[in-house]
Amino acid sequence: MIRVSGLTKDYGARRAIDNLTFDANQGEIVGFLGPNGAGKTTTMRILTGYMPPSAGSASVAGYDVVSESLEVRKRVGYLPETVPLYTDMTVFDYLKFMADLRHLPNAENTVYETLAMVKLEDRAAGYISNLSKGMRQRVGLAQALLHRPEVLILDEPTIGLDPAQIIEVRNVIREIGRERTVLLSTHILSEAQQLCDRVLIINNGKIVAEDTPLALQSRLQGGQAHLLRVRGDADRAAEAIRTVKGVASVTRLDDGSLEFRQQAERDPRPEVARAVVNAGLELLELRAAGLSLEEIFLQLTREEPVPAQEA
Amino acid sequence: MRNIWTIAKREYALYFNSPLAYTVMLIILSITGIIFALNIWFLATQGATGGGFAPDSGMVTGLWWVYLFTVPTLTMRLVADEQRMGTIEILLTAPLREFELVAGKWLGAFLFMFTTILFTFVFVILLNRLASPGIDQVQMLSGYMGLILFVASLLALGTGISALFSNQFAAFFATLFLFIVLWFLIGAPADIMPNGGELFRYLSMGTHFNAFQSGAVALTNIVYFLSLIALGLFVGTTSIETRRWR
Repeated sequence: MIRVSGLTKDYGARRAIDNLTFDANQGEIVGFLGPNGAGKTTTMRILTGYMPPSAGSASVAGYDVVSESLEVRKRVGYLPETVPLYTDMTVFDYLKFMADLRHLPNAENTVYETLAMVKLEDRAAGYISNLSKGMRQRVGLAQALLHRPEVLILDEPTIGLDPAQIIEVRNVIREIGRERTVLLSTHILSEAQQLCDRVLIINNGKIVAEDTPLALQSRLQGGQAHLLRVRGDADRAAEAIRTVKGVASVTRLDDGSLEFRQQAERDPRPEVARAVVNAGLELLELRAAGLSLEEIFLQLTREEPVPAQEA
Repeated sequence: MRNIWTIAKREYALYFNSPLAYTVMLIILSITGIIFALNIWFLATQGATGGGFAPDSGMVTGLWWVYLFTVPTLTMRLVADEQRMGTIEILLTAPLREFELVAGKWLGAFLFMFTTILFTFVFVILLNRLASPGIDQVQMLSGYMGLILFVASLLALGTGISALFSNQFAAFFATLFLFIVLWFLIGAPADIMPNGGELFRYLSMGTHFNAFQSGAVALTNIVYFLSLIALGLFVGTTSIETRRWR
């Protein structure tokens, strides 16, 4: 549905995106994760036909974004990051206007149906200037959904929403993502984790990692890590664990708990537990310590080692 | 074509929501009304002393300067504001051609001015009643045709310039400057040049506008204004197209 190959965009001397290659299939929700200025918005603008790339090619729904831009634009729903809206129009008038531009049959009904999808039916007659940020976001989303596009491109779709609205919008996106292709950008990592089938991590215009949220997590860990808490002398516990077969390393954390990494293929947890007890200590907690996507993200996008705790 | 109409409809409705547009309409109609009243008063007193002036619809259709100075306030916002607010991103990612966008904006503004000009017809009807045996209808129609073409070309040029800017005041001053050049300045060389001044005289808006007002419609006058409309729409379209590549 979305095929991107070697996509590059220069703004003057600055390279915003550099040789991006990825694709997204039907029924897939792909997350674009990266810090500000990483090139997420630029990529999305190219895919929606707003600007052409400097090099490389991209196709959406089978049409080239440069030479068949109009066909692409018919099939894409786009929510820009800044959610630009005509504040001097009512919600209904604005969506009716956009529906007319897309030549939708039965435009009025479609507008009401779409408003129901984003739970904004009761605001149809209200002026956009009187809406809260969250409601405007949903008007923008409704605009992107009006023509039930094959491909939905959402730039930071849940920014500025309250938690209840975030859940609603995510449900809408998940619903759409069942049959259609969704590409969304976010810097909320838990969002990518919860929503996306696949995550592309982008930094400085380059894709630094691409995988399912789950696989990304385990790929980076370099062996599974576990967290252990004991009552009593943690150093003694560390001594005891270190001797267990299959334990690669043990580190003592600031809060007094221990973290140990296992060697591949061998689960040392039962023996670790036994070792702790044999050392005369009480085992309080033993659990998997997966890296959060946040940590993955930092590891992947870090350009230099983070300096040790600034004063 | 359908998209042009969709854009035009929105712009037209927007003018009726805008205090600025109402003010402009009010200014145009009250100036026309005042000048009309003064003319009637003048004719009446002249008539008493036996001057024998024929009442002329040019007093309504010939007020080029009212339009020259008010049109930039109506066009400055058209595309510039879309660029400032970022809404152009929505329009340019919808299945809409750049030309349709520019032409729609122009058409919306034109329909608003056309509505305004329609109101001035009241004065012409009054004049026709006051004068006997009535006014010269051919001259009246030609005067209106000239006024409408003139205003349409001003609006097209204004729309085109608006697309060059994202600040509507910059667009306003650039538009006004262009109008002043096209009306007052560009014809000036023709007056001082011993020969070969025809080109400059042809380029001046006044030449063509005045031809219409005198009731002498020629194809070259129509072509002149149609060319300006095409030029304005072309500049606007090209400006938006190249903006994509910047």
